[in-house]
Amino acid sequence: MTLFRAEDLAIRFGGVQALDGVTFEVEPGSVFTIIGPNGAGKTTIFNLVSRIYDAGRGRLTFRGEDITHVPAHEIARRGIARTFQNIELFEHATVLDNLLLGRHTHRRSRFVEELLFLPRVRALEIEHREAAEKVIDFLDLMPYRESLIANLPYGIRKVVEMGRALCTDPALLLLDEPSSGLSVEETADMAFWIKDITGLLGITVLMVEHDMSLVSAVSDRVLALNYGRPLALGTAREVQEHPEVVRAYLGG
Amino acid sequence: MRFVFKTSYQQDLGLFRDGIQRNWYVALLAGLMLLPLLVPAYLVDISLVFIYGLCGLSLMVLAGYTGLVSLGHAAFLGIGAYAHVYLAQDLGLPWVVALALAAAVTAGAGVLVGLPALRMTGIYLTIATLAFALIIQEVLTHWETVTGGLRGKAVARAVIFGVSFASNEAFYFLCLAVLAAALWLTRNVLRSPTGRAWVAIRDSEIAAQSMGVNLAAYKTMAFAYSAGMMGVAGGLFAHKIGYLAPDIFTVLLSIQFLLMVVVGGLGSLHGAVFGAVFVAMLPVAISEARDAVPAWAAQVFSAFGAGAGQAVGDAVDRFVKQPALEPGVFGLILVLFILFEPRGIYGRWLKIRLYFSTFPLYKVATFKRQKVYMRSERLR
Repeated sequence: MTLFRAEDLAIRFGGVQALDGVTFEVEPGSVFTIIGPNGAGKTTIFNLVSRIYDAGRGRLTFRGEDITHVPAHEIARRGIARTFQNIELFEHATVLDNLLLGRHTHRRSRFVEELLFLPRVRALEIEHREAAEKVIDFLDLMPYRESLIANLPYGIRKVVEMGRALCTDPALLLLDEPSSGLSVEETADMAFWIKDITGLLGITVLMVEHDMSLVSAVSDRVLALNYGRPLALGTAREVQEHPEVVRAYLGG
Repeated sequence: MRFVFKTSYQQDLGLFRDGIQRNWYVALLAGLMLLPLLVPAYLVDISLVFIYGLCGLSLMVLAGYTGLVSLGHAAFLGIGAYAHVYLAQDLGLPWVVALALAAAVTAGAGVLVGLPALRMTGIYLTIATLAFALIIQEVLTHWETVTGGLRGKAVARAVIFGVSFASNEAFYFLCLAVLAAALWLTRNVLRSPTGRAWVAIRDSEIAAQSMGVNLAAYKTMAFAYSAGMMGVAGGLFAHKIGYLAPDIFTVLLSIQFLLMVVVGGLGSLHGAVFGAVFVAMLPVAISEARDAVPAWAAQVFSAFGAGAGQAVGDAVDRFVKQPALEPGVFGLILVLFILFEPRGIYGRWLKIRLYFSTFPLYKVATFKRQKVYMRSERLR
């Protein structure tokens, strides 16, 4: 039983066919990676999944339900969380507030209750806090809990963004280039965390990545794209050695 | 410098950081209670500070926390004022009911503005609210059966549950109580999921949406809450000025509200109140200066001979009697704040406080922000 399925995805931006006939399946508990040269359409797939763009053609299925047309804010509630390539954190809030916002889909208090800050709201806030603290613990973010995002180095922000996505309690986590802008050591940490996310938390990961060492270390399946068309699908080694993929990267 | 040792999550949910901070606020409240004894002559002006504080709070929620800049808030104030007076005087409803209904009517108007505004961002939204303000001013002028048109409408003193709030002291305490309640409610919302969602929308709409925030619902909610509070402020404002006319609720007043939140410090409740003190007191200061400065200048320059003193005094007098002086000074101050202290009076206060609490180890770089130029691929 597949967790997530993309069937024959296609989208055009003006004269550019950004995606054309992309089909793949993600098994639960696995790490599925999409690679490809710049402009191959990797992030576009993410933006289709999180419903920022409307697919021109094709179907997205998650847990057996068609999510091709659900509203964008509904995606998180269904259990899909994501990070962004260039980090979209709430810069003028603390790390803790960012993580707590990740709990938004679990909000159960009503506006009027919040207005008076009734005991129920307080109890729910403690519940959210405990969930956020688990993520802080998991990602070693304790020293930064009260820091404003604007004061944090890039590598930490990257981790905070992943933490915020984890706070939603997702079944599928979309990581858009988790290692971009990170040092070699930070990338190695990221590989451990991704393994823990699937292994310990049981969350399925769909990621876009360029760093082949990270891709080989964590991926179960790899899909290579070029100009919006799938080139190869298989294990990291199979895809890396595929002649079409070599040509797409090296030319010739 | 004090460090709060936290042992429970409850500590992060409290209204105050610790007991010491709470005591400062209690002292402030006690001081405000005693103020009528100390400066009875300025009570009316200080009541206006409280009403402007409500207006600042209202716009702070929208502009400072949700990131939706409005130039139409004077219109909401007007709707609230006229609705309250119409309901309380013409329909004879009890004062509290009339005020609550006025707030609801204004909140409804806020939703009406908010709905089309959901598709606009930044400057376009501001222009839309500006247009709304101009429309409302026309409505207030021409809907004579309710508003009295250009002739205006006299406002009776407030009578709540049979108690008259006619005296300056009573009205002062009424405004203080309403402002304190509004601060408490707003602080509650801001420390709840709704407040966090607003801040998320301000900082990154796309991330907020991906985390499950329904942008349309929360923006509408922010508009409704902000407008509703403006409606309450309008009811009090009507009693403060005693006579309603459409030309009070102009775009210039909206700009003053915006000035209030920018000068006070965007994104802080303190800023709303600081800004209100500033904007309400500046005209008082200007009018005092109008009387004092020419004579003072004349005296200084009389050192160069009696004729010089007289001439300079007259020139300064002509200058300060310019009717456009006040908006000019407001505009100048807005520009100076944006250039030199974008975080407003509250930001400046934080710096001063840190300077003393870490003396002599204060570093200027503490408040420096890194400039980041990687937003180019940002999705909108």
